[in-house]
Amino acid sequence: MSRPQESAPSSTASMVRSALADSLVKLDPRQLARNPVMFTTAVIAAVSTITGVTTDAGAIGLNLQIALWLWITVLFANFAEAIAEGRGRARADALRAVQGETRAHRLASLDDPTSHDVPSRGLRCGDLVRVDRGELIPGDGEVVQGIASVDESAITGESAPVIRESGSDRSAVTGGTRVVSDSIIVRITADPGDSFVDRMIALVEGAQRQKTPNEIALTVLLIGLSLIFLLVVATLPAWAAYADIRLSVPLLAALLVTLIPTTIGGLLSAIGIAGMDRLVAHNVIARSGRAVEAAGDVDMLLIDKTGTITFGNRRATELLPLSGVSQQQLADAARLASLTDPTPEGKSIVELTTQRKTSSSSLEQGREPVAQSIDFSASTRISGVDLHDGRRIRKGAVSAVLHDCDQTASEELTRLTEKVSRAGGTPLAVALNHRILGIVALTDVVKPNIKARFDELRRMGIRTVMITGDNPLTAAAIAAEAGVDDYLAEASPENKLELIRKAQAEGHLVAMCGDGSNDAPALAQADVGVAMNSGTPAAREAANLVDLDSDPTKLIDIVMVGKQMLISRGALTTFSIANDVAKYFAIVPALFVGTYPALQALNIMQLESPGSAILSAVIFNALIIVALIPLALRGVAYTPAGASQLLARNLSIYGLGGLIAPFIGIKLIDLTINALGLI
Amino acid sequence: MRPDLTQLCVYVAGLMLLCPLLGIYLSRVLDPKAGPTPRLERWLYRCCGIDEQREQHWSEYLQSLLTLNVGGVLLLMSMLMLQGWLPLNPANTPGMSWHLALNTAVSFVTNTNWQSYAGESSVSALCQMLGLTLQNFLSPATGIAVLLAMIRGFTRVNTDRIGNYWVDMTRSVIWVLLPISCFTALLLVWQGVPQTFDARIVATTLEGSQQTIPLGAIASQEAIKMIGTNGGGYFNANSAHPYENPTPLSNMIEMLSILLLPGALVMMFGRMLDQPRQARALFVAMLIPLLLGVAICTWAEQQGNPFLIAAGADPAGGNMEGKEVRFGISGSSLFAVITTAASCGAVNAMHDSFTALGGLVPMVMIQLGEVIFGGVGSGLYVMLIFAVLTVFIAGLMVGRTPEYLGKKIEAREIKLVVFAALLPMPLGTLIVGATAIAFEAGRVGILNPGPHGLSELLYAYTSATGNNGSAFAGLSANTPFHNVLLTIAITIGRYLPIAAVLAIAGSLANKKRLPVSAGTFPTDRGLFVALLIGVILIVGALTYFPVLALGPVAEQLSATAGRQF
Repeated sequence: MSRPQESAPSSTASMVRSALADSLVKLDPRQLARNPVMFTTAVIAAVSTITGVTTDAGAIGLNLQIALWLWITVLFANFAEAIAEGRGRARADALRAVQGETRAHRLASLDDPTSHDVPSRGLRCGDLVRVDRGELIPGDGEVVQGIASVDESAITGESAPVIRESGSDRSAVTGGTRVVSDSIIVRITADPGDSFVDRMIALVEGAQRQKTPNEIALTVLLIGLSLIFLLVVATLPAWAAYADIRLSVPLLAALLVTLIPTTIGGLLSAIGIAGMDRLVAHNVIARSGRAVEAAGDVDMLLIDKTGTITFGNRRATELLPLSGVSQQQLADAARLASLTDPTPEGKSIVELTTQRKTSSSSLEQGREPVAQSIDFSASTRISGVDLHDGRRIRKGAVSAVLHDCDQTASEELTRLTEKVSRAGGTPLAVALNHRILGIVALTDVVKPNIKARFDELRRMGIRTVMITGDNPLTAAAIAAEAGVDDYLAEASPENKLELIRKAQAEGHLVAMCGDGSNDAPALAQADVGVAMNSGTPAAREAANLVDLDSDPTKLIDIVMVGKQMLISRGALTTFSIANDVAKYFAIVPALFVGTYPALQALNIMQLESPGSAILSAVIFNALIIVALIPLALRGVAYTPAGASQLLARNLSIYGLGGLIAPFIGIKLIDLTINALGLI
Repeated sequence: MRPDLTQLCVYVAGLMLLCPLLGIYLSRVLDPKAGPTPRLERWLYRCCGIDEQREQHWSEYLQSLLTLNVGGVLLLMSMLMLQGWLPLNPANTPGMSWHLALNTAVSFVTNTNWQSYAGESSVSALCQMLGLTLQNFLSPATGIAVLLAMIRGFTRVNTDRIGNYWVDMTRSVIWVLLPISCFTALLLVWQGVPQTFDARIVATTLEGSQQTIPLGAIASQEAIKMIGTNGGGYFNANSAHPYENPTPLSNMIEMLSILLLPGALVMMFGRMLDQPRQARALFVAMLIPLLLGVAICTWAEQQGNPFLIAAGADPAGGNMEGKEVRFGISGSSLFAVITTAASCGAVNAMHDSFTALGGLVPMVMIQLGEVIFGGVGSGLYVMLIFAVLTVFIAGLMVGRTPEYLGKKIEAREIKLVVFAALLPMPLGTLIVGATAIAFEAGRVGILNPGPHGLSELLYAYTSATGNNGSAFAGLSANTPFHNVLLTIAITIGRYLPIAAVLAIAGSLANKKRLPVSAGTFPTDRGLFVALLIGVILIVGALTYFPVLALGPVAEQLSATAGRQF
C-alpha cells in the first residue's frame, strides 16, 4: 500500500535545521513549564550561570563550562521534542493539504435543489452540501442522498475508488476525498477544526498535545524523584560543612542535574509524539492519546468474522451426492443451476464444477439450454433454472429446497447436512425435478495468515473472540480453523453489547472493530473501538480510533504502537535511574576527596581530577539525550512475548546497560576533555 | 573467630517455621470470614459505643487513628510530666521536662521508642506499666490496623470502605499482641528475666561496695518490646542488660520475637489475598537483604579494629568493643541487623562501637525505609508501596498500564507512593538531620570528631524517622533542641506514610480487579523479587550515598588507609 504521507516534503536536513531553531524557541519558560524535569534543569542552569561568574573566581572556567553544558542539556531535550514534532508536523501538513480550502454548495434543505456556494471552512455540523462529480468533499459527513464512487487515495493511499451510498453501512465520507462519479448530498458531521484530520493534527503537534494517563503517572514519579534529589543536594552543604568542606553552587548544580532523571524527562514528550506519528503512518486516526495507550492494555479483542477472519464470500468446495446419484450428475445439475447465477456463491459453483467437468458431459452441447432462470431471493432462499427440455433444477438452503420439493429430509441428507455444518460450511441442496441429488458444500475460506496473527495476539496476552451471524456449529468450526479463542454465534447488536459488558465486569479491557451502525453501541461500550473508515458516521463517532484503510487486523498494529509507547517510557526511565549510580561514583569522590583523601578509592573510573570528573558527568548527561533521540522516535522494539520474557529482556538491556554504559561513557569523556585541555 | 553459622541457620529456620503458622492464626482472628463476633469483642464494642458493622471511608479511618494517637500523646505526656505527684513511684522519680516528655510520648505512640532518657532512672513504675506499656500495645496495633486497611484495598472491589479502625485495633490487641506477648514473657521468665513489684535489689560487689540494681515487671515489658517491634527498654542498656536478656537462648527468643509478627503478617497477607505465592515472594524479598546485611555486618565486625590490630591485638578476636561476651560477634551482629531491619530498635550491643562498616549496615537497614520486615504492620504496608512502585516501572517495560494484584496503578497512586515511601525518609533524615547539624545547638551533643561524629547524628535522625528507636549512642540527645527536632522527624516518619497508605488503600478498593493474562507481569516469581530488591536498594543508595560518603564510608576507607580523626 502506498502512503502519500511518507513522501512528506521536508528533507531530513531542513527538518533538523528547523528543529534546532525550535529548541531555542522552546526555552520560553511557559513552554518549559509543561515539562517539570526540564524546567527544573533550566532553573538550575540559570542559577549556576549567575553564581558561576560571581563566586569562586579560581574555578570560573570550570563553572562556566558546567553552566554551558547544563544549558545544552535543556536545548537537547527541546531538540528531541522539536524533531519529533517536526516529523509529526510534516505528516500533519500533508493531511492538512488534503483538507485544503474548497467551495461547497450548501443546500437549504433536502427538498430544495438550489444551492449557495460557501467556503468549506464556513460549514457547520448539520449543514447539507451537494458534491458533484470531480469535486472535493468539503468536510467529514454522511451521504444522505445518492450514490457515488469516491476516490479516497489522498487519505488512505488506496487508488481504487470506493462506493459511498446513502442508507447503507458505507455512507460515511471524509473531507478532502474526491467524488469521481455521480453526485451526492452530504450532511456535514464535524465543525471546522473538529474533523478527524484536525484531531490527528492536534495529536502530533506537541504544544496542544494532551498527556496520556500513563505519561501523567510517570511525570508524577519523575517529579517525586527530582524532589528527593533536590533534598539530597540541598542538604549536602550542611552535612559537608560539618567536615569543613565548602561546596560551591555550580558543583551542587552539576550534581543535581546529573541526578534528576533528565534523560527520560528530556525524551518523554518526544516518545509520545513519535508514538502518535507512528500511528498515523499506519493510517489510523486516534481521537485521543488515551485511546492508543488503552489499546496497549487490551486483553480481549472482538473481531467480526466476515472480511477479517474469512474472505467473506463463501465458496463451493465439495460435492456430496446422495446414494444412487453420481458425482457427475450432481456436478452437472449444480453447474446448470448456477450458470446464470451472478452471486459469488453461484460463480464459485461454476468454477468448481468446471474443474471437474468431464468430456463425457452431454448436457450442454451447443447453446445454453436455459429457458428461464430463477433468481435468489431472501424470502424463498432458492435459485435455479428451468431448461428448454423441461428439466427443473433448484438449489438453495436445505430446508428451503425440501420445502420446494415438498419432502422431508431423509436420514442420509440430514447426515450430510450436519457433516458440512460441523466442518464450518454451509450446505446447499440441489434438486432436479423435485428430486434431491445431493449437497454442495460452501465453505467460508479462512484467510491464510490469520492464524499466525491470532497466535501473535495470544502471545501478547490478548484473547480473540470471533463474532458471526452464523449458527453455532458453523461458527465453532471456523473458530477452530482460524485459531480464535472463543466465538459469539448468531450475534445481534444486543448480545454483542451484552458480551462486552460481561467481559468488562470481569475486569477485561475490550477492543472491538466494527463498521455498521448496529455496531455503534458496542463500539462505544468497548474500551477501544476501532471504526472502519468505510463505515457509517454513527460507527465512526462511537469509536475512538478510525482506520483509514478499513483493515480490521490493523488493531494488532495499534496494540503494538500502544505497547511500544509504554515500553519506551519504562525502558528509558530505568536507564535514566540506573545511570545515576555511575554519576555518583564520578561526582561524590570528586566533591569530598580534598578533605577525605581515602575517598579516592570510590573513584573507580580513575577520572583525572575532581574538576574533570564533574564536567565529564555533566557532559555525559547531556550527550546521552541526543544519543537516545533515535530510540525515542523509533520506539523500543516490541516483539510479542510473555510479560516475564519481555521484562527480562528490557531489564537486561536498559537496566544493566544503564548501569554500565555511563561508566564507560564518562571515562571516555574524561579522557577526551583532558586530552583537549578543557580542564 | 569463626562465624556462628549454626545460630543463623537456627534463626532463619525458626522464622520460616513460625511465620506461616502464625500467619494462619492471624488471618483467622484478624479477618474473620463469617460467624458471630466473639463475646469478649462484642462486650468491648458495647462498652466503648462502637458499631462494629460500620465500615469507614479511608479519611474517616485516618481520623479515628489520629484521634487515638493524639489522645495517647497527650495522656502519656501529662503522665510523664506529672509522675512525681502520681502514685506507684517507689524511686521518687521527678516529672520530666516538657520537651523530654513530648519526645518520649510521641516516640512511644509512634512505635519508635526512641529514648532520650535512661529508663530505669527517669520513669516511674506507673508510667512504665500504664503509660509506656499501654502504647507498646497500641502502637503496633495501629500498624496492623493500617496494614489491614491496605490489604482490603487489594482484596475489595468497587467500594470506598476499608474497614473499621476501632475493630481492627481491638482485634489486634486482644487476639494477637496480648496472648503472644504473655507467652513470650513466660519464656523469658524461664530464662531468668525478673518479673516483680520490687523496686530494686541491693548487691555487694566483689570489691565489697554496695550496688543498687533496679527491678520491676521486666519480662512483660520485654516481651511486648520485641513482639510489638517497640524497642524501648526497661533499662538504658536495653537488651544488653542481663536482666533484660540474660542468656544466649533468651537472645534467640528475643531475636525471633522481633521478626515474628512482621514475618507472620506477610504470610497472613497471602492468605487473606488467597494467593500465598504473592506473599512468599515478598517474604523472600525481605529475607535476602536481611541475610546480606547480616553477612556484611558480621564480616566487618570479625575484621576487628585496624588500629588495635596495628597496636598488637589478636585479629582473630574481632571487634568486641561494646559487645556482651555472652552473645559474641555473631549474636550481636545478627541482633543489630534484625533490630534495625525491623523497626524495633532494641539493642544488645552498642552500635556506636561497631566498626565503621559494621555500623553502616544497621543504619542502611533503617534508611532503606524499614521494609526489610520492618515494624509490625508498617513494614509490610511500606513494602507493598515499594511493590507498587516496582510494578509501575516493570509494567511500563512490558507495555501495559501497570497493575499489582489486579489493581491498576495510575497517577493518583504514584503520587501517593511518592508521599508514602519515597519522601518521608529523606525529609526526616536529610532535612531535619541537616538542620540539626547546621546549628551549634545540634553539634554540641556529638561525642566524636570527624566522620564518626557525623554518623552519630545521622544515625539518630535516621532512627527517629524510620521509627526504629535504636540509638547509635554517642549523641547526647536530651536537649530541647534535639528532643524537638527528633519529635518532628518521628512524626514525619510515622504519619506521612500512614496517611498516604490509607489514601492508596481507599483508591485501590475503589477499582475493579483485572484478571491475569499472558500479558500480566507475574509478581510471584524470582524476577519480581530481584527487581523489588533492586528498586529498594537503588532508591536507598541514591538517597543516602553522598551523606554516607561523609560519614561511615569516609571513616571506613580512612581507617583502612590508617587515618584517625
